[in-house]
Amino acid sequence: MITLSHFIVLGAVLFCIALASLFINRKNVIVLLMSIELMLLAVNINFVAFSRFLGDAAGQVFVFFILTVAAAETAIGLAILVLLFRNRSTINVAEIDSMKG
Amino acid sequence: MIDSSVFQLVCFYAFAAVTVVAALGVITLRNTVHAVLSLVLTFFSTACIWLLAEAEFLAIALVVVYVGAVMVLFLFVVMMLDIDREQVREGFIKYLPVGIIVALVMLGEMLALIGVRAMHEQVMGANPATVAGMSNTEWLGHALYTEFLLPFEIAALILTVGVVAAVVLTLRHRTGVRHQQASQQVRVDARDRVRVVKMAAVVPAAPQPAPGKETTP
Repeated sequence: MITLSHFIVLGAVLFCIALASLFINRKNVIVLLMSIELMLLAVNINFVAFSRFLGDAAGQVFVFFILTVAAAETAIGLAILVLLFRNRSTINVAEIDSMKG
Repeated sequence: MIDSSVFQLVCFYAFAAVTVVAALGVITLRNTVHAVLSLVLTFFSTACIWLLAEAEFLAIALVVVYVGAVMVLFLFVVMMLDIDREQVREGFIKYLPVGIIVALVMLGEMLALIGVRAMHEQVMGANPATVAGMSNTEWLGHALYTEFLLPFEIAALILTVGVVAAVVLTLRHRTGVRHQQASQQVRVDARDRVRVVKMAAVVPAAPQPAPGKETTP
C-alpha cells in the first residue's frame, strides 16, 4: 500500500540531489538551471501527494501554476544564457562577476 | 494472483528508483546533452508516479510541457552553444565532498522533520475526484475555473511576458545589413524609375570615304 510518506521521501531525495548539484556543478549554468527544475519537480511531487491524500484540489491547481511559472522561467533563463554566451563566450559561473563590487 | 495494492507499491518503487538514478545522472554526467536526456527520463518516470497517485491530467501535462517543450528548448540551447567540456568539469571533485555532506545532512533533517513512521499510517484513501463523481481533469477544471480563475489569468499573462522577454532578450540588431523595405517599394512612382526625355532625332551623316588609306571591312 502506498502511503503519504513514500511520496514525501521521494520528494526530499530529489530535492537533496538538486541541492548537491548546486555545489558540485559550479562551472555550468545549464546544469544549474536543470537542478532548479529538479527542485521544482520535488516540490510538485509533494503538492500532488498532499492533494491526493487530503482530497483537496488546490494542491493540483498549484502544481499547474508552478509548471507554468517554471516554463516561463526556463525560457527567460535560457535566453539570458544565450545572451551571456554571445557576449562573454563562457557559461562558467565563476567568470561571470562583472557586477562584483 | 498478486494483490493490487502490492503491485502498486512495486510499481512505485520501480519508478522511484528510476527517478532517483536519472536525477543522479543529471548532476554527474560529463556530457551536458546526456544530462538533459537524463532529466527527460526523470520527468517521465515522475509522470508515471503521478499516474499512480491518480493525478492523470498533471502527469500528461508534465509529459507534454516538460518533455515536449522545455527539454527540447534545453537541448536546443545545449547544442547551439559550443561548450568546452573539460573546462566545465573543473572543480567537480573539489566541491564533491561539500555537496554530498550538505545534501545528506539536509536529507536527514528533512526525514526527521517528516516523521516517516508517523506518516506511514496514512494510507491512500478513495480518489476525491471519483468520490465527487468526476474524472480527474474535470475535478481540476472545476477548481481552476471557479475558485482559481484570477490566478489562472495571471498565469497566462506570465507566460505571455515570458515569451516576449525571451524574444526581446535574444533579438540582435546587426548593422550594415541591407534589408528590403516594402513601404518604400510600394510608395515608389513610375517617374522615379524611368524618365522619358524628348530630344531631336540625330540623323547620321552620309559616310564619306576616308581620304588616305582604304580599310577592308
